[in-house]
Amino acid sequence: MSGTLTAMLAAIAGGGVKVVDLTFTLSPEFPALVLPPELGQCAPFRMEEVSRYDPRGPAWYWNNISMSEHCGTHYDAPIHWVTGKDLPNNSVDTIPVERFLAPACVIDCSAQAAADPDFVLSTGDIAAFERDHGRIPAGWWVLMRTDWSKRDFTGYANLREDGAHTPGPSPEAMRFLVDERGILGFGTETIGTDAGQAHHFAPPYPAHHFLHGAGRYGLQCLCNLDLLPPRGAVIVAAPLKIRQGSGSPLRVLALVEG
Amino acid sequence: MTAPLPPPKRKNPLKRTRLPVSPPDLRSRQSHLLTRAAAEGRFGLPTCLDCGALHYPPRDACPHCLSSRIGMRECSALGTLAATTTVQISNNVYFRERSPWRVGLVTLDAGPGVVAHVHGDCADGGRVRLDWRLDRSGNATAFAVPDPPSPNMMDDPQMREMTLDPKHRRVLVTDGRTALGQAMAKALSDAGAALVFVGIAEAWKPFPGSERLSAMRGVEIMPLDMTDTDSVNDLADAIGARVDIIVNTGAHIRPGGLLERKGVTVAREELEAGYLALLRLAQGFGPVMRFRGADGANSACAWVNVFSIYAQMAWPAYGAWSAAQAAMLNASLSLRGELRPGGVRVVHVFTGPTEDEWFQPLPPPKVAAGQIASAVVDALRRGLEDVYVGDVAQDFRARLDLNPKALERELGQ
Repeated sequence: MSGTLTAMLAAIAGGGVKVVDLTFTLSPEFPALVLPPELGQCAPFRMEEVSRYDPRGPAWYWNNISMSEHCGTHYDAPIHWVTGKDLPNNSVDTIPVERFLAPACVIDCSAQAAADPDFVLSTGDIAAFERDHGRIPAGWWVLMRTDWSKRDFTGYANLREDGAHTPGPSPEAMRFLVDERGILGFGTETIGTDAGQAHHFAPPYPAHHFLHGAGRYGLQCLCNLDLLPPRGAVIVAAPLKIRQGSGSPLRVLALVEG
Repeated sequence: MTAPLPPPKRKNPLKRTRLPVSPPDLRSRQSHLLTRAAAEGRFGLPTCLDCGALHYPPRDACPHCLSSRIGMRECSALGTLAATTTVQISNNVYFRERSPWRVGLVTLDAGPGVVAHVHGDCADGGRVRLDWRLDRSGNATAFAVPDPPSPNMMDDPQMREMTLDPKHRRVLVTDGRTALGQAMAKALSDAGAALVFVGIAEAWKPFPGSERLSAMRGVEIMPLDMTDTDSVNDLADAIGARVDIIVNTGAHIRPGGLLERKGVTVAREELEAGYLALLRLAQGFGPVMRFRGADGANSACAWVNVFSIYAQMAWPAYGAWSAAQAAMLNASLSLRGELRPGGVRVVHVFTGPTEDEWFQPLPPPKVAAGQIASAVVDALRRGLEDVYVGDVAQDFRARLDLNPKALERELGQ
């Protein structure tokens, strides 16, 4: 083993590098994306026991699970959106594996989101972040911290008669992050990478539109973003290798120095 | 006169729960002509299809002309109570545990005499109405009630054995998110149910009527997602031993036949919310209900499944959903057989298209949620097993009886 990896493992063992879990527990109750009912619906997580040390299997316990690719804490591949449908290596099985390890900038929007569930991250907010923490490097994740993951499920989905009210990025902010900063992807604590009302934006669902159109990735339903520094945490986010998969639930870990 | 039934006392936890036993359940095949009538709450007598004579008890051949062509004919259920007696001790365990038990001879206006169970309010020599009622073995039995009805008639102990009255019982309505579930909760609460548990799936999704539902007398909102095995089992663990009646109102209606749909995603949802949901509920709640079939005045007694009439014959316009309903109906027939030894009756309620949003483009007549809820309460009070609510379902029933092939063709047009 090289010295670099040995040093990193020693740092993890010694506590110099902390491993932070950014993942919600997959459970049947966890809110899923709601679309108008005449459209196809993504299936929630379900678990059926196959055996549990009983006559169905005397010495072993296991389950059959079923779910949508976009369930719980999950990863969006470019093929998920129509803007990314013709790109090379656009599905979870073909994305170069090096992309599954990358550092992150974390933009703290928790105060704004607490004040306004429809808070929209603007280019001005990004400029403010860069003033305080430096330019966002190319090839990094940008994670939008809203503390949304701390809400109960009703507050988390925050559905009203006119749809979900949850924070997300503006079209201009997304275009800027993708075109001007060359980010690897964008991650949120909410059910989607886009705001709850983003179908009214131009273009609709700008995070999906710009990220996937440029071959970038999405992470959503993240938690514990409040435990990450504004820059420098290393994100380990490797989706399941599903043939032609548009995304996948996954375990997202952050390595944090200090 | 019957005294009003008081709310049952809480159980003495030191006493063993009495196991359900069945009244005599052997019947001839011809006797099931009466079972069929009792299941639907109709009255009639076996009749010779050649000479037209009515007879009782059911026989394989007409006692007048020896023809073996026997059918049923509707006739007046009224008669006179010619004689009564009260059985103090029976050598049958079921009646022994419920004695004294009143029986008598009713001379029907239509002619035949019938030995019947007799309601406590019937006067010797008085006018009575005879009903075919399903007993706890699920078979038809003759039961005489006073004509006109007496006050508190439903509370007579013999009557309560023949019915599934929600009064003082605890009910679980499985899906309170829908207009049907909410109407059902209201109707059961109004019918005197002691408690109405109402299942709500995905409580994080708002739904119309939620505040009104929570405010109803005796209603307790419970988390229940019938598409999730753990959720069903968790609720069964929590309240299973306190549920006397289940009213399963779950529905996942989607239009579309087999060809115009792409893939099986929606068909899976329909099976999950219908057939598999029933299996989960059956495994979660069935065993304890069957065990509690003789557990005092609020024993477990009924399981109501609300179906579309298209469970009985495919409707190609809603073909995949129709198939899911058929699967659920078939499973429910098995459930009926498995719960019968506990004296718990599985009631099937069939409706035509309802006022549900998923039937919005269809022309009337459509069935309102309140109409179905009233029909369910009526079925419980009368102890029915097969109920057809509204014109479409009743017409369908008649056409299915007459010529299933014609119905198949007509539904496909």
